[in-house]
Amino acid sequence: MWHEKVLFIIFAVIAIASALNILLQRSPLYSALSLIGTLLSLSALYLTVHAQFIAAVQIVVYAGAIMVLFIFVIMLLNVPKDQPQIEKQKGLRYLAIPFAGLMIAEMFYVLRPIRLTTLPIQPGNPEQAVGTTWSIGTALFTDYLLPFEVTSVLILMALVGAMVLARREGD
Amino acid sequence: MVPLSWYLGLSAMLFTIGAVGVFIKRNAITIFLCIELMLNAVNLTLVSLSGFFGDVGGQLFVFIVMTVAAAEAAVGLAIIISIFRNRESLNVDEVDTLKL
Repeated sequence: MWHEKVLFIIFAVIAIASALNILLQRSPLYSALSLIGTLLSLSALYLTVHAQFIAAVQIVVYAGAIMVLFIFVIMLLNVPKDQPQIEKQKGLRYLAIPFAGLMIAEMFYVLRPIRLTTLPIQPGNPEQAVGTTWSIGTALFTDYLLPFEVTSVLILMALVGAMVLARREGD
Repeated sequence: MVPLSWYLGLSAMLFTIGAVGVFIKRNAITIFLCIELMLNAVNLTLVSLSGFFGDVGGQLFVFIVMTVAAAEAAVGLAIIISIFRNRESLNVDEVDTLKL
């Protein structure tokens, strides 16, 4: 099944390239636009692990709602470009590459035991498999009902908090 | 078939890029974008483990994380707007009133 690996590599490269572009851009607007590229390719990767519902929600909620909010605020504030950074401890830059190499080696070591684990074939009705709207909805409104209801309180708190914080003094 | 370790490796790389962004960027909104990137890297871990173990709990957790991220974005951007009103700047080095 080589075409699944090709698909994974394409979207993984897009995700990492747009994530790096967030750091390379000086203007926050371009950073926000490249984050949308990462979010969309992650949504495609969710489809490859049969998480259809989460993939759709990723596009609708993240790329749609949250990023529009970000871009709206960036446009509203007319944010100045990022200033060049001041390096305080120049010696640390020579330590950075060995440490990064060490961390990558550690990651390969930790992931070695699961390097051959592949996606299992799910038994039963494919319409009720893990990742479909049916499975998410059934679990959300039975076993996970309390977290779901608590989320509504969280959203209400965020709503009130955002209105209080962004209000002008004296209004 | 794509092995599980590829997904976890990609997620680790995205999380690292987000963490590096938080350290090297000085603009509050860009730092906030990097935090969103880190949240998404963790979401990828949860979704891929959920798919590979056939347990729907991980995807439900991602659903909750997305609502928390939406709430966090709303409150965080409100804080950024009020900081910008008071200081006319989004450079985090200038917002150091809480520093000892």
